[in-house]
Amino acid sequence: MGLLSDPNRRKALTGLLTRLNTPICIVCYLAGIVWFMGLAFEPFTLRTYMSENAMGSTMVEERFSSGERALSLAKEFDAHKRKAGGMPVEWLVKAMQSRGLEVFTQSFSRKLPFPDENKERYMVRGTNVYGILRAPRAPRTEALVITAPCSPGNTNNQAVALLLALAQYFRNQIYWAKDIIFLVNEHDLIGTQAWLEGYHHTNITGMEYSPLQGRAGSIQAALSLELSSDVITSLDLVLEGLNGQLPNLDLANLFYAFCQKLGVLCTIQGKLQRNDWDTAEGYTHAAQTMMLMVLKQACGRSWGDHGLFLRYHIEAASVRGINSFRHYKTDATTIGRLLEGMVRKLNNLLERLHQSYFFYLLPSLSRFVSIGYYMPAFGLLAVILLLRVSFPGLCHCFSVSLQPSSPGVLTVLTPVVISHLTGVALYLLPVHLQEMAVEHFPVSETEAVVLTAIAIYTAGLALPHNTQRLLSGEGTEQGWKVLKLTALLYLAVLLGCTALINFSLGFILAVTLVPITASITPHMPKALYAVVMVLLSPAFTILYCVFIYQELIEAPVSVSEGWMLFLSVISQGILDHALYGSLVYPLLALFIYPCWLMFWNILFWN
Amino acid sequence: MLILSSLLLFILTTHSEALTPAAARDEFQEELVIRPLHSGDIYASFQFRTLWDTDFLQEGQKVSHYRLFPKSLGQVLSKFSVRELHISFTQGFWRTMQWGQPFIPSPPGAELWVWFHDTVSDVDGNWKELTNVLSGIFCASLNFIDLTNTVQPSASFKPLGLGNATDHRFLRYATLPREIVCTENLTPWKKLLPCGSKAGLAVLMKSEKLFHSSFHSQAVHIRPICQDEQCSSKAWELRQTLNVVFDLHTSGQGKKEWSLFKMFSRTLTEACPLASSSKVYVDITDNPELFELSPATPLLGQAVVLGDRRTYSVYDLSRAETFGQLRSFNLLLRDMLRPLLHAERYVAGFGLQTGEIHTVIYNNHPYRAFPVLLMDSVPWYLQLYIHTLTVTSKSRDNKPSYIHYQPAKDRHRPHLLEMLIQLPPHSMTEVTVQFERALLKWTEYTPDPNHGFYVGSSVVSALVPSMVAMRTNFTQDQPLFSSFVPVKEESSYFVRVYTEPLLVNLPTPDFSMPYNVICLTCTVVAVGYGSFYNLLTRTFQVDEPSPPLSKRLANLIRRMRGVPLLT
Repeated sequence: MGLLSDPNRRKALTGLLTRLNTPICIVCYLAGIVWFMGLAFEPFTLRTYMSENAMGSTMVEERFSSGERALSLAKEFDAHKRKAGGMPVEWLVKAMQSRGLEVFTQSFSRKLPFPDENKERYMVRGTNVYGILRAPRAPRTEALVITAPCSPGNTNNQAVALLLALAQYFRNQIYWAKDIIFLVNEHDLIGTQAWLEGYHHTNITGMEYSPLQGRAGSIQAALSLELSSDVITSLDLVLEGLNGQLPNLDLANLFYAFCQKLGVLCTIQGKLQRNDWDTAEGYTHAAQTMMLMVLKQACGRSWGDHGLFLRYHIEAASVRGINSFRHYKTDATTIGRLLEGMVRKLNNLLERLHQSYFFYLLPSLSRFVSIGYYMPAFGLLAVILLLRVSFPGLCHCFSVSLQPSSPGVLTVLTPVVISHLTGVALYLLPVHLQEMAVEHFPVSETEAVVLTAIAIYTAGLALPHNTQRLLSGEGTEQGWKVLKLTALLYLAVLLGCTALINFSLGFILAVTLVPITASITPHMPKALYAVVMVLLSPAFTILYCVFIYQELIEAPVSVSEGWMLFLSVISQGILDHALYGSLVYPLLALFIYPCWLMFWNILFWN
Repeated sequence: MLILSSLLLFILTTHSEALTPAAARDEFQEELVIRPLHSGDIYASFQFRTLWDTDFLQEGQKVSHYRLFPKSLGQVLSKFSVRELHISFTQGFWRTMQWGQPFIPSPPGAELWVWFHDTVSDVDGNWKELTNVLSGIFCASLNFIDLTNTVQPSASFKPLGLGNATDHRFLRYATLPREIVCTENLTPWKKLLPCGSKAGLAVLMKSEKLFHSSFHSQAVHIRPICQDEQCSSKAWELRQTLNVVFDLHTSGQGKKEWSLFKMFSRTLTEACPLASSSKVYVDITDNPELFELSPATPLLGQAVVLGDRRTYSVYDLSRAETFGQLRSFNLLLRDMLRPLLHAERYVAGFGLQTGEIHTVIYNNHPYRAFPVLLMDSVPWYLQLYIHTLTVTSKSRDNKPSYIHYQPAKDRHRPHLLEMLIQLPPHSMTEVTVQFERALLKWTEYTPDPNHGFYVGSSVVSALVPSMVAMRTNFTQDQPLFSSFVPVKEESSYFVRVYTEPLLVNLPTPDFSMPYNVICLTCTVVAVGYGSFYNLLTRTFQVDEPSPPLSKRLANLIRRMRGVPLLT
């Protein structure tokens, strides 16, 4: 590295960087966006392939044949569900016992922090029923899980029935090497969460549950089944889990391989794959599929029962039956065979799924973008923040601020502290003040929480940020530079860490936050820049995402509907955090928003 | 409805008289117990017992004439001065909640425990050699037993035979939970029998059927016992046991009927000519009137096994009357009797840093409390935090009256934790201890590291209060399966319960891309570290360009002349 040790060349390099700083930043930003959009272009992506040898060469033969019986079972289940007015626990226990499983139940209860208006629930009380198929001559060390939710109304009857039919069929086979757990959970994700916490004897979300009586060792993989009609036209694979975690890509490959084998139409994000990548429509289609995945992953919620398994290092995916108006129909026997094949291959696993990728984006089921390809897109955006640190003057003031006599540190401290206190308020107050809000305003609890959050968010903008003047008098030129330097480094670290864990979230935040934070100074036209900053703030980013998402799933909404959706997204985000431990809400409230406030502070520096 | 059909028994001749006592008397007995289980499965337990009135360990006397006792084992006993040897190979897990207690319990995988004679000076050396020899005899990976998985339990494993050795320095105990048991282990085991698999009950042991079952366990127990009731001299007892549980659900296609032929795809044709007794017991305790056994037997036996009085139909293969057809066996399932003592274990928590081992012990006795000995042997790579050890019964703290803890040494020995816990009646006792997962050296990972690492079963040993009085005096006509563990009191019986082994994931590097890792590391070190180190340690000086030769010469001359130098 002669470049760094040679003072002349070093000077030339820094000179170049400072002189061409703005153009380089603009080029980086554009390159980052273009790179990202290019990821969906098929020639740039890799074809998916099965990495796990234990699942690849050992092809299995599917013999499940009781699809019709499953459908009649679905009717029976439906009748019992109606009679019981919820989960027919006794019927399920008997049904599983008669199929030769060891059956256990778990009851749980959970009081939500505020009523969930989407699913209309507040005090949740339910029971999970699960049966364990003990593998012969296996010492109870490994298990696979198949779950089906017992949902209200007519939904998912077929899923539970198919689960029971599979249990009956599996029980009579001798090749099992891992125990298989058949779980029927009530209240969808809450039931799954209770069961998983019970199974692993943890309590991370304040759930009340009865301890589990039967276990089967460490769970290797899980499949969640959602099926609401007797015939389906396609199967949709859902991968996005809590906090943007994804299962090992081999699980998706496995699903795809069996769909191909059995001739079942399969989709991801509800989109079929097209072969005409070289046309504009083909590219747009792939880009839309990928954008949907990015948006779903970024929001950090679990998009199916499988999402909660991922925290426990259990590879899991949801398989969702779709019945649309296509002519090509698939019956329950074929779906049963597909699941049988998948479970048998998972049963063949010698090790946990680990060979393939854990970080990927899917523009279609047969193509994937690995972390090595998509990370540069984020890197190009993040490097702008670091380049701005070398902005003329910033470097200089950094060395000045390190001198203890200078007021630099002190001037930075107050805005940082105030911003973060606002963030803490945004995190804590909405849920805790809901009762007070309901007393004083004619709103429901849920509205109270969301509106309090928005109010605190807005109030943060109006806070007297210039308190440093009390300590050090007039805001100095050097003061805001120190603040900007701190804020830039802070944002770079935040986004970098976020992107490593959840690329989509990091990238979306970087796209909106980087341009304005990189260019902000107090010497700009304040009114104009204030509007631009607000429009690029985290809350508006969520709003845009809502609209883009609706556009992509081909259900465009009007502005008022979009606003209502935006409100429900916020309440869901807070609920996800309380119920399942999703980290997006605390991340935004405690870190991203305060960081953005620091830049807001710079704009109004005087 | 269970029908036991077409069990054809052909007896050749009466033969036991043919045995002439040699210099040292020896004797061989064989026995098969069939017990229909409450879950609808069938439990078949074989026991073969060879008794030999000789002493391998006597000084100056070399035993070289072997008749019934297998020579390979006899030589091992005398060479390594073994006082008692217990080895078991098990594939599957005994489901205590569904099946009740087994006659002789064993943990999944391989288990070996040996008491050495107290004249042995180098116990560890003997142990190491012994495991290697046994590994050869039984075709098993017992050579993987080394000091890192061997413990010396202080209380849980007392000698079952003669002699009350209590110094646990001479005891070695090891389990290999990963060991897979298959035909290659069964064949050498069968070869130890006097008749091999040619005659007698061993004919039924067709590996194709034995391994098409829910549970398979084979064991060898060698111990010294009294020759007679006065206990004037010592005899050696070799017990070979084989326990199988057949799953009627998968094999019977829903019909609950079975026969010896269906289970083993063989029928009995003769007793082992070398056996002094050869019997088949069928447990008919549960609803005998609904059993249809064919042929019926006039012999009914009663035995008190594991605190329960059971009734058996006895078929004596050495008697000519057993001729006939034994079939049509009928069974009514009744409510499951909860076993009095039951234990299970699991790992709690998530993530790859810490975890918690939970051992749950159930006392299902309605009104009696009894103490149990819990023994846990945990490999060193799970670093136990022993200060987090808690024992709770009925949500109250339960202080163990005896704790023996030997901490692990990294790469040398495992943790050993033994506790005496009083179980309150009708209660669940939970023992928890937290651990941290160690980061292994890269050569220490097994070939399939992402499978996880096994932790052997913990062992719960207890004297369980009996519902019926136990016979304490030893009589000859007792069935073999009821006489393994000597009963010392009438009111309680000894039970050992093994929990399931654990599979724990350790933090594992990604071995699939060593090349990438090496490249990346080298690049980072070379480029990043190298240049920064260079930058930080180098002192920068402005370089004076050296004057050309002509100027230097000129300066030399000028210096000599004493005029100012050129610059």
